[in-house]
Amino acid sequence: MHTRTLAELSAALHAREVSSVELTRHFLARIDALADKLNAFVTVTADAALAQAEAADAVLGAGEAGPLTGIPLVHKDIFCTRGVRTSCGSRMLDNFVAPYDAFAVERLAEAGMVTLAKANMDEFAMGSSNETSWYGPVRNPWDLDKVPGGSSGGSAAAVAARLAPAATGTDTGGSIRQPAALTGITGLKPTYGRISRFGMIAFASSLDQAGTLTQTAEDAALMLTAMAGHDPRDSTSVDEPVPDYRATLGDDLEGLRVGVPREFFDEGLDAANAAAVQAALDEFRKLGATVEDVSLPNVGLSVPAYYVVAPAECSSNLSRYDGVRFGYRAEDPVDLEDMYKRSRGEGFGAEVKRRIMTGAYVLSAGYYDAYYLKAQRVRQLIAEDFRQAFASVDLLLGPTTPTPAFALGAKTDDPVTMYLNDIYTIGVNLAGLPGMSVPCGMVDGLPVGLQLIGRHFDEAGLLNAAHRYQQVTDWHRLAPGGEFA
Amino acid sequence: MTWEVVIGLEIHAQLKTASKIFSGAATAFGAEPNTQACLVDLGYPGVLPVLNREAVRMAVRFGLASHSTVAPRSIFARKNYFYPDLPKGYQISQYELPVVHDGWVDITLDDGAVKRVGITRAHLEEDAGKSLHEDFHGLSGIDLNRAGTPLLEIVSEPDLRSAREAVAYMKLIHQLVRYLDICDGNMQEGSLRCDANVSVRPLGRHEFGTRAEIKNLNSFRFIERAINFEVERQIDIIESGGSVVQETRLYDSARDETRPMRSKEEANDYRYFPDPDLLPVEIDRATVDEIRAELPELPWEKQDRLVSDYGLSAYDASLLSASRAMADYFEAVASRVGDKKVAANWVMGDLSGALNKDGIGIEASPVSAEALAGMLCRIEDGTISGKIAKSVFEAMWAGEGSADAIIEARGLKQITDSGAIQAVIQQVLADNPGQLEQYRSGKDKLFGFFVGQVMKATRGQANPAEVNKLLKEMLNG
Repeated sequence: MHTRTLAELSAALHAREVSSVELTRHFLARIDALADKLNAFVTVTADAALAQAEAADAVLGAGEAGPLTGIPLVHKDIFCTRGVRTSCGSRMLDNFVAPYDAFAVERLAEAGMVTLAKANMDEFAMGSSNETSWYGPVRNPWDLDKVPGGSSGGSAAAVAARLAPAATGTDTGGSIRQPAALTGITGLKPTYGRISRFGMIAFASSLDQAGTLTQTAEDAALMLTAMAGHDPRDSTSVDEPVPDYRATLGDDLEGLRVGVPREFFDEGLDAANAAAVQAALDEFRKLGATVEDVSLPNVGLSVPAYYVVAPAECSSNLSRYDGVRFGYRAEDPVDLEDMYKRSRGEGFGAEVKRRIMTGAYVLSAGYYDAYYLKAQRVRQLIAEDFRQAFASVDLLLGPTTPTPAFALGAKTDDPVTMYLNDIYTIGVNLAGLPGMSVPCGMVDGLPVGLQLIGRHFDEAGLLNAAHRYQQVTDWHRLAPGGEFA
Repeated sequence: MTWEVVIGLEIHAQLKTASKIFSGAATAFGAEPNTQACLVDLGYPGVLPVLNREAVRMAVRFGLASHSTVAPRSIFARKNYFYPDLPKGYQISQYELPVVHDGWVDITLDDGAVKRVGITRAHLEEDAGKSLHEDFHGLSGIDLNRAGTPLLEIVSEPDLRSAREAVAYMKLIHQLVRYLDICDGNMQEGSLRCDANVSVRPLGRHEFGTRAEIKNLNSFRFIERAINFEVERQIDIIESGGSVVQETRLYDSARDETRPMRSKEEANDYRYFPDPDLLPVEIDRATVDEIRAELPELPWEKQDRLVSDYGLSAYDASLLSASRAMADYFEAVASRVGDKKVAANWVMGDLSGALNKDGIGIEASPVSAEALAGMLCRIEDGTISGKIAKSVFEAMWAGEGSADAIIEARGLKQITDSGAIQAVIQQVLADNPGQLEQYRSGKDKLFGFFVGQVMKATRGQANPAEVNKLLKEMLNG
């Protein structure tokens, strides 16, 4: 049961082959037995899940169900969920019970989905290995000594280990695509503004984007159809029509022009990863696509530009965690300054503090022009590179990450090496484009991801390309064995 | 040495929107603490600001009225600093691209001269909450009702040269924002307040002296006194060989002095940057034209019209155009009576006096413009004298009804019948033979005595002109 895709489970529910309550119990039992090995969750909401499942069964029984009705999922703990702790992976919000539901949570609940748990994550989504969480690192179900990637590491590990058919995630610099690649699942980061950020705890507002982690592109299409759309509570959410993304799956790729950014095949890319991506390109050729070399001359500046813009925004976004109104407050402060310093000093972990300090620095008087403004100009150049590329191709393909999953602790002492893990994904966020990662191979028993990048708001094209690829390959069907089988 | 004073004001006008600038919470003053603050105002995780378009329209109204440029595109920025009543740890404001810039207004100085004051910019921002330091036993209370209230910060050029000029400018802005109906102008509640940047320099020198910024002045009197204190303080420092420190100061009205709040070294680095949660504010020409078409008659336009339409003096016109309500009231009275000057005098005199005495705004006057006009008509048609009118007005103020009803009920109708007046005079002369004797032997001053006696005998109702004429005839006859 748990190995089935969301689409398959949906069919089973509609055929009344299984009930949502049965499905929910099945996944809760797996979570009970296996989640601790991965440390994938911060909070499991079993009772609420069963109540939602009962309601979903009633809807199914009444014949009013949609494709997502009764399907269990997990939410990254960055999405506010009413009445449930929403920690954002931080001690700062360990005691924070959200008084409202995030837009994405609201939409998926309205579509009938059942929330099993809140997934562990890097603290405030800052990390590429899920090792910065206050709740401890998440482990990769393919190899428990390896990281699952981050920051949506709990979501990715849960779907990869088949503890849930689907998960939400957020992607600021690769936080959906990179863990999807490292755990062998399908990750979708839609266009910036495609899904409202309302209720999604902010890391870097101009980059943050909600998305999905699923087994397949088809599953992602089903979820995106429910999640996309304008929300008056988020001024940056875009009022573009939302198609039925599943309806266009299966369209022919004959004549599709695929561009391969040569900058992504640099010395940092593992040979085995490169080979897996090349093999995927061959599949696209077989599907009728033409593959050509393209250049994104400024994309090499993505990491430094990102590590100015994102920390700048985070330094301001995280100022609200001051111990005054909610969240962690240090014990017995002697005065206001002591309360601020200790609440923030004790409430935030090292990586968050590093980024707040970096961000405060680049925005300071005398440094603003040299760092923040320059980074914004670089961002424009990168966006322009993509725009140029999309003048001649319909889709960009390349690796999602330079290497497969690395060992826990391997990069925690070297933030720059850690940051370079997102070298192929960050440019997409800076340009606000939609991107995906789909499994395209295995290297030493670990999954490798293929990244697909589309034009603004061309999620339909992106999902179709990924779906067609998955129709002719089996990599997305592979799941960790052993105890997770 | 002769010193020149240089002053610029940063005026904060609280905009009269029904809801806050970035949330749907209400803006009404005086509610129980923290009952008018929603999750956005509280800075909760995950919530986002959504711009109140009405606040933008109000800013545009001000921009058009102050001969400013309305920016087709302006940007909200974050001003970052920590304070317990600043929930997000930043204030959303405008920094590099304000919604309104480069304008001017004309003010009238004490000597009647007109001076043009430049407006550098006016930008939208959100207000912070309030910290309450009393009644919490060593702790502080935070009230976030005010957090997120829309403010228009109006920054003047350093064009003002005295405390009096600063007050005249503040009064004009006060008048203007109320005419535009964008701010209630209630300075006591803080709806309109200002910071004054004050410096001095030797007369004739081009460079500015070092300035001090006096924060949060919320009355015309405090503005004048704080600036005057600060000017003297700075001159004293310089004349005794010291130099002024650039700093932020607070005015203590109880002690009538300013004292330092924080120096430049302690000043925050606000780390402004564009707020990524908000899109640029785009205002197209059509919207500007639409708002321009909706502008009311502005104070200076109204003043000119009162002069030309009603033949008032510039001074009277300026008093009567102090507020739209005052001008509307005057015009409602004046349109119903013949003598516009008499109407103006009654509105500026007895009516304003009574309103001030009872602390009532003219909008809520117990004597309506129609009622006052009705009484003035009775003066014009000779039914009552101007003197009797004062008591009729008092009765109207006390709610005793219309002028006609009061005149009727109290029998105040003027006696114009010469026979009746002659009879009274006859009686007065008969009752005062001594005075009559003296008058007739040349003591002309006693004429007034006889007038007084006649008026007293008629309880003031005799037509004074008639009394004078008849009395003269009968005394001399």
